[in-house]
Amino acid sequence: MAKHVGERMKRVEDGRFLTGRGTYTDDISKPGQTYAVFVRSPHAHAKIKSVNVDSALNVDGVLAVYTGADMAADGVGGLPCGWQVIGKGGTPMIEPAHPPLAVDTVRYVGDAVAVVIAETKNAAKDGAEALEVDYDVQPAVASAVKAMESGAPQVHDEVPGNVCYDWELGDKDAVDKAINDAHHVTTFDLVNNRLIPNAIEPRAAIGEYDPAGDNYTLTTTSQNPHVIRLLMCAFVLQIPEHKCRVVAPDVGGGFGSKIFHYAEEAVVTWAAKKAGRPVKWTSDRSEAFLTDAHGRDHVTKAQLAMDKDGKFTALKVATVANMGAYLSTFASSIPTYLYATLLAGQYTTPVIYAEVKAVFTHTTPVDAYRGAGRPEATYVIERIVEIAAREMGMDPAEIRRKNFIQPDQFPYETPVALTYDTGNYQASLDRALELSDYANFEKRREESAKNGKLRGVGLSCYIEACGIAPSAVAGALGARAGLYEAAEVRFAPTGTVSVFTGSHSHGQGHETTFAQLTADRLGIPVENVDIVHGDTDRIPFGMGTYGSRSLAVGGSAIVKAIDKIIVKGKKIAAHMMEENADDVEFDDGVFSVKGTNKSLTIGEVAFQAYVPHNFPHDELEPGLDESAFYDPNNFTYPAGAYVCEVEVDPDTGECTVEKFTAVDDFGNLINPMIVEGQVHGGIAQGIGQALLEGCVYSDDGQLVTGSYMDYAMPRAEHIPDYNFDFTTTPCTHNPIGAKGCGEAGAIGTPAAVINALTDALRVAGVDNIEMPATPLKIWQALNANKQAAE
Amino acid sequence: MYNFDYEKAASADDAVKAAGGSDDVMFLAGGMTLIPTLKLRLTQPEKVVDVGGIGDMKGISVSGDTVIIGAATTHADVAGSDDVKKAIPALAKLASLIGDQQVRNRGTIGGSIANADPAADYPAAVVGLGATVKTNKREIAGDDFFTAMFETALEPGELITSVSFPVPEKADYQKLANPASGYAMVGVMVAKTKDGVRVGVTGAGPSAFRASAIEDALGSDFSSDAAKGVTMSSDDLNNDLHATAEYRASCISTLAARAVKAIG
Repeated sequence: MAKHVGERMKRVEDGRFLTGRGTYTDDISKPGQTYAVFVRSPHAHAKIKSVNVDSALNVDGVLAVYTGADMAADGVGGLPCGWQVIGKGGTPMIEPAHPPLAVDTVRYVGDAVAVVIAETKNAAKDGAEALEVDYDVQPAVASAVKAMESGAPQVHDEVPGNVCYDWELGDKDAVDKAINDAHHVTTFDLVNNRLIPNAIEPRAAIGEYDPAGDNYTLTTTSQNPHVIRLLMCAFVLQIPEHKCRVVAPDVGGGFGSKIFHYAEEAVVTWAAKKAGRPVKWTSDRSEAFLTDAHGRDHVTKAQLAMDKDGKFTALKVATVANMGAYLSTFASSIPTYLYATLLAGQYTTPVIYAEVKAVFTHTTPVDAYRGAGRPEATYVIERIVEIAAREMGMDPAEIRRKNFIQPDQFPYETPVALTYDTGNYQASLDRALELSDYANFEKRREESAKNGKLRGVGLSCYIEACGIAPSAVAGALGARAGLYEAAEVRFAPTGTVSVFTGSHSHGQGHETTFAQLTADRLGIPVENVDIVHGDTDRIPFGMGTYGSRSLAVGGSAIVKAIDKIIVKGKKIAAHMMEENADDVEFDDGVFSVKGTNKSLTIGEVAFQAYVPHNFPHDELEPGLDESAFYDPNNFTYPAGAYVCEVEVDPDTGECTVEKFTAVDDFGNLINPMIVEGQVHGGIAQGIGQALLEGCVYSDDGQLVTGSYMDYAMPRAEHIPDYNFDFTTTPCTHNPIGAKGCGEAGAIGTPAAVINALTDALRVAGVDNIEMPATPLKIWQALNANKQAAE
Repeated sequence: MYNFDYEKAASADDAVKAAGGSDDVMFLAGGMTLIPTLKLRLTQPEKVVDVGGIGDMKGISVSGDTVIIGAATTHADVAGSDDVKKAIPALAKLASLIGDQQVRNRGTIGGSIANADPAADYPAAVVGLGATVKTNKREIAGDDFFTAMFETALEPGELITSVSFPVPEKADYQKLANPASGYAMVGVMVAKTKDGVRVGVTGAGPSAFRASAIEDALGSDFSSDAAKGVTMSSDDLNNDLHATAEYRASCISTLAARAVKAIG
């Protein structure tokens, strides 16, 4: 059988996507469907004095209007947070109530006050416009740093000072001593800019209720339908879980923003019963800007201590993380266990201390966004390392080499609670420098200078931790969910295979990658494998797709289920061949007995399993259908080295990415083309964060960048051709040896771009520019220095 | 979208009649601004009169030293026109820089200048090349057409039928695009004409204007250094998230210098 693993197979799902045959939530209509439009607060902070629903109910076509009070009267609970962070001194984080519809106070522009249900979307919009809400506008605060100041407007009465938690990790005394004793200390203050996710498909949800069986169905744009079912049923609507089905059909991108359980999902499900008809809601783009959970938004102070040779002796980081108005599903874990734990980077820094204050503000909730915590950590490390190299007069590559964890040091225990299983950071950096022609950079800089342009080069050597696990450890750290994945592998009598996976595909190409994996493991043609996902009634269970975990965790669950199939198949084959099961070997789809010419294909064995005329009934049940749960022993640790070159026009501040080289170590690859595609997109988002994307709120909490007129997304013209390569150190603790590739580009790229930009601007005395480094900011920085020099 | 009456006009006269001089009637050509505005419920016309299908208002002709472009001609047609590329390549270039391919396939010159978005590209050409805007009842000089932000000399119900551009000796358009919207943060059309140098600026102020200081400098020394040497005042220039007035002022000189360099 032809092997598929390692092949650049074209994506089987693309046929339907490229010909408009995908089925997205908004493509689905239910008989008798109604339309929901949410009435949202135009104020960042206000008391709701009254809501006059009659004004909306009088509009033609409006069927019902529900408010937060209606939901509260029905006993509907708040949206839960999935991770309890315990702060300094054992103080748990404060979790204010998060009602799906605001009850007496609105806390950000876009906070939902009521939902209007109507026969048509236009009628629902008319109703929403007619609804009279009397607000008592209150002072608001959008900046997390300002929210901590005394006298700042309070977001929640139960959170005095707006601090959700004040958390720390690492040995503070040891770090302070090392800083005190250091030859040199580099300090770096930074803002990690808030981003708006902008998946191409806006969120949508359809709620249905069938009184015949007391069954609910929610069709939604989710990366993890089982998690949504659990959270919505157990915490919000108090529905027995077996009475609720959650379907996430084709989903057009998520980047994290579709992990979370959103208010609209609970509202349409609840309202479907209340209104007695299916209720559909589709976000428009303006609504998405206001209500999809945002990403990043850190303000950080960092210090890196080193000895006279540039060997790092300590790192100290203090971060203020903006949570927005409420705790979104995984918000609390992002700036802690997915951020501070990564602060060792690829280096042997012996002691590290991080302090993180999570702060409520009158802004859209902030949660995981591609990379989630790890881009923020990488940005801190890779920027401060670059600055340290400049201050020490060292080549940025050299200072990194001097501090890399060496290949013989794995498994390597960092001072921030992780154990890296494997890696070879020197190898990926060497390859990236070679591929980018780093040695001849100065020649290119001179060429640019001849054209009046400033050219710079920047490195970024990132580490990420993917496939958050094991469950027991995560649980001890506050996770309220397991972090395994489930799969079922089911043969049909004629030898075709359906794989039911808890991983959800919303752009990743699982239908191809998982089929390649399954086909090779079973020795069957790849066309005979179907990958099924996104439906709680079809999939045994699932934790979904986030944190670059699908192949490493979800793929491993599939492998485990396949291995059970093979064990059972051997027993069936042994019976059929009248041999001992211990003597049966399985290779490339064929069961055989060593030293004999006896063999059976897995198709023949599968047929016997379903037509069991010659079957070991004493020992086995018929059928060939196995499921498995896989709970990893550790995170996986993808790593890599990126080299970016930019050119700046000093007259206008325009900055173009001229060259971008990425060398990643994702362990074993199943489909290198898909992996490259993942990195392409990640780098584009990283360039977006570095140069283009910046969510801006006014001081009083109005979203200034509320549309594509003001929020700059990366476009093809902003992205250069990439140079790509891979180095490989297979993951040591999962059966595939894969580490995960989905977030790497977004994690490693921003620091590489800004390092290159600041390298370009060094001649003009500019050493830092906050992201996004727009032409205006670059021009202002150059001009401020020009004026200072004059 | 709110409900409105819709009428598809067969001729410019029909369109004007259908509009009846009313303020509550809007002409629809390519719809690249009007349709999104309607969808967002930001405007509520009583009636929309569609002029996009009027054949007489489409097309490009060259007569003597004038290029005449029908008001309903798309940006893509202007960008791709051999006549325009030959007579005023800077105008074809400008059209090719508007929006993206989809927008250029729908959006029209008449729609763009009637909307008078301060950041639209065409106003730089209308002012910078000294165009004449022809309507159903009169001709308006390019210099007099844009009166304020989103305001023009057009009266209610008045319909642009064509725009005439005198062919300059040489010209070039330079644009610094808003990184988010792609509209011009600053766009500069520099034209060397037999009557002197004209410099039309869009994106920088409330409406397109002529940079007379640069015109003067280039009039005596048509060099990029001369353009760059002019310090534009930032008074009255737009100030927003993406570009301060000072930045815009500086970029006007820079882009004018680039245009002069491109003209050679």
